Amino acid sequence: MNPTFSESTLSKINRLLSRYPADKRKSALLPLLHMAQAEFGGYLSPETMDYVAQLLTLRPIEVYEVASFYTMFHKQPTGKYVLEVCRTGPCALNGAESIIDYITRKIGVTINEISSDGLFTVKEVECLASCGTAPMMQLGERYIENLTEQKIDDIIDRLKHGERLDIEPNPENSILFRSCQGQSNG
Amino acid sequence: MVKLLLDGIEDPSIRYLNGYRAHGGYQSIEKAITMSPLDIVEEVKKSGLRGRGGAGFSTGMKWSFLDRKSDKPRYLVCNADESEPGTFKDRYLMEKIPHRLIEGMIVSSYALGVRHAFIYVRGELIWVAKHLEHAVGEAYSAGYLGNHILGSNFSLDLTIHVGAGAYICGEESALLESLEGKRGYPRIKPPFPAVSGLYGCPTVINNVESIAAVPWIVTHGGDAYSKIGVDKSTGTKLISASGHINRPGVYEIELGLPVEEFIYSESYCGGIKNGRALKAVIAGGSSVPILPAELILKTASGQPRLMTYESLNDGGFTSGTMLGSGGFIVMDDTTCIVRNTWNLARFYHHESCGQCSPCREGTGWMEKILHRIEHGHGTQADIDLLVDVSKKIEGNTICALGDAAAWPVASAVRHFRHEFEFHVRHPDQVTAPNHVANAAAYKYEEITHAKNND
Repeated sequence: MNPTFSESTLSKINRLLSRYPADKRKSALLPLLHMAQAEFGGYLSPETMDYVAQLLTLRPIEVYEVASFYTMFHKQPTGKYVLEVCRTGPCALNGAESIIDYITRKIGVTINEISSDGLFTVKEVECLASCGTAPMMQLGERYIENLTEQKIDDIIDRLKHGERLDIEPNPENSILFRSCQGQSNG
Repeated sequence: MVKLLLDGIEDPSIRYLNGYRAHGGYQSIEKAITMSPLDIVEEVKKSGLRGRGGAGFSTGMKWSFLDRKSDKPRYLVCNADESEPGTFKDRYLMEKIPHRLIEGMIVSSYALGVRHAFIYVRGELIWVAKHLEHAVGEAYSAGYLGNHILGSNFSLDLTIHVGAGAYICGEESALLESLEGKRGYPRIKPPFPAVSGLYGCPTVINNVESIAAVPWIVTHGGDAYSKIGVDKSTGTKLISASGHINRPGVYEIELGLPVEEFIYSESYCGGIKNGRALKAVIAGGSSVPILPAELILKTASGQPRLMTYESLNDGGFTSGTMLGSGGFIVMDDTTCIVRNTWNLARFYHHESCGQCSPCREGTGWMEKILHRIEHGHGTQADIDLLVDVSKKIEGNTICALGDAAAWPVASAVRHFRHEFEFHVRHPDQVTAPNHVANAAAYKYEEITHAKNND
């Protein structure tokens, strides 16, 4: 089935568009791709990107070239939970390598692979501006910092048991929908 | 201890409008709208405030370059795409005191004649963007944003925009491209953004910390700000402290603090973790030259090194470094410099946007050569090749990422060549997984090496 946003999401998109000058709709592309990725299966399929292009009256290539440039946009399906572990500089000084090794062994996957239960993908990412609380990882919209093996055991076990960790992108409280004009006019 | 940016941070309610106002928040707007915009630019010039994102260029000067004769709209864009390894200060400020940045955006927009301003937050910091968005909502409701702010003729809309993961978007022209919904490719300059920036209109782009300093300057005056700090390093600076220290975190320091005090005082880093010895520091974010312990504590001429733009740069790149973004990464004597340099080279290779061949290819070569040396497959010639490649990137690219990739590599070889040579001569000793922990042994190697040369 082709991706289609719900009516309520579409009205949010209209408010999003109002935050940029009227003739600069393309500025909303990055926020819109975030919304599309959250709504259509956690990654950007060609169909999803074509749909976004259509919404913003862009040529599909304008969307593909942008989606492929930014690391937060996944071009392939991922596990339900994506553990993005920082590997850069200060995190590496504080044990990121062994933490990454521990996480992949614990889940039983290699980097970028989806676990056999479909729950997890582990990715190595570059600096997330969390160097004072190294090592750390991003999980959904949250940072999990000062990682230890024990902390990882705890998180993975809870996720396996279907516990909600308040990490899923939540369109209802997304920042992306406030309208500037609506605000200033009360 | 002077606190301008983080004043009130110990009170969690400062995150919200009422708490922020209780700490004197938003007073600068009331004063600003009674002043002429150009007078505010003058105050910022007088303050000596310098760009806190890393370049250290005078904020007031940057503002005065804005093309005010153009009939196009003018824009102010705040660079909150904090991605420089070792740097996490802007995130901290926005998370804890979002209104200080918003107040800064409002008074700065007034000074620059801006009607629509943007804060570009890196995509990974989505919850920080949400804090900001909430605070922006509060500011609209209180009449600090929107039409006829506090009953004046000044109106301003403020849009929080999120990126999607790309270090290069911290480069100001790449950030503008990204904000326009494109790939983050840095633009060829000139024209500079002050003339042709966002949507081809005159634009000022400032770092979070620079903008957050403006309300204090407007309220207390540029002269008062210029009296804080030392010489041309005026005011306070947020330092992100990380690595092998007892108290990592964000510290607001008065510029001029001795580096030694910053590292060892209980008020700041609290000394090296596990009682180990200091080996090296990257003082201003991963892009600036690494310095060995003896050169970070004292300049080559024996003066105590201070946390200022000038003192950290004393000796140029031969024996000095840069204040940069204030990303202060401390390494103890177990650190393998080759491995750390390889790690950073990999980062720059990953983040190169690919427009310029010297950077796109050169960063890849540096990463590969460093990987080879680190894993015991390097040759003596590789060390010189590494320096050669770094020199061919430096100065030959559209933006500063090329330099930022070259400097860490060149400086690591400059100050720690013996470690690279050790890797080449003793491949068996560096392939062991624990060679990083055994790196203290290099010290011994250095001494015997020097003796053999006598």
